[in-house]
Amino acid sequence: MTLNDIAHMLNAKAICCEEKLEHDINAAFASDLMSDVLTIHDSTHVLLITGLVNVQTIRTAEMSDIQHIVFVRNKKVSSEIIAMAKELGICLLECEYSMYRTCGILFCNQVAPLY
Amino acid sequence: MQFEYNIEAGNFTKAGDASSNFKKVLKQLNVDPQIIKRIVVSLYEGEVNIVAHSYGGKVICEVNPKKVWIRLIDTGPGIPDIEKAMQAGYSTASPKVREMGFGAGMGLPNMKNNADILNIKSEVGKGTEVEIIVNLN
Repeated sequence: MTLNDIAHMLNAKAICCEEKLEHDINAAFASDLMSDVLTIHDSTHVLLITGLVNVQTIRTAEMSDIQHIVFVRNKKVSSEIIAMAKELGICLLECEYSMYRTCGILFCNQVAPLY
Repeated sequence: MQFEYNIEAGNFTKAGDASSNFKKVLKQLNVDPQIIKRIVVSLYEGEVNIVAHSYGGKVICEVNPKKVWIRLIDTGPGIPDIEKAMQAGYSTASPKVREMGFGAGMGLPNMKNNADILNIKSEVGKGTEVEIIVNLN
């Protein structure tokens, strides 16, 4: 499944690094706690689902080699965060759904959990 | 090779800048990506700890063909009970730190899990020095 397929399922909008919408996504991890995100061992083809919108979310993704993030709960991403994500090549999506609904949709569509 | 970064207390906008910079260095040195990840996750947690809990400090990173040796040195207030601080879930973080997605008592355990060697020395009123060693082979 591609990130673009996921964006359609979640009615989500890509806001930067759209070229990564063609990436395959096999698994997802949902958390607002960045230290939890930093425990991910293999982040290839992983989507991070979070409602935490700040520069540390992007820094955490950078350290964890995560290239795809969906921000849930209708959180809006600032231009500062978008600029940082662009520089690091991290594709950001904005989604109006809650974290629970987002996870439910992806789980029902065979996006695997990490743990 | 040695790299030194100053870390400002309480500045969450810049938290992670040192880790980001050192990650670029390790990539340029063609270090194995999985090892880079272990190094920078450990370093980043330590950097956030300095920003979140200390009066400020510095990070000194040394690289040689065999290992990466990192020292995170702050100027206080020090950790009264290191054993307790190492327990997963134990935290003294402020609400501001929690708003940034940290402060759940995972930092030091994450550092330990990613380092080959982790040493912590601390004196209340003076400061804390954390040493991280990751072997490159």
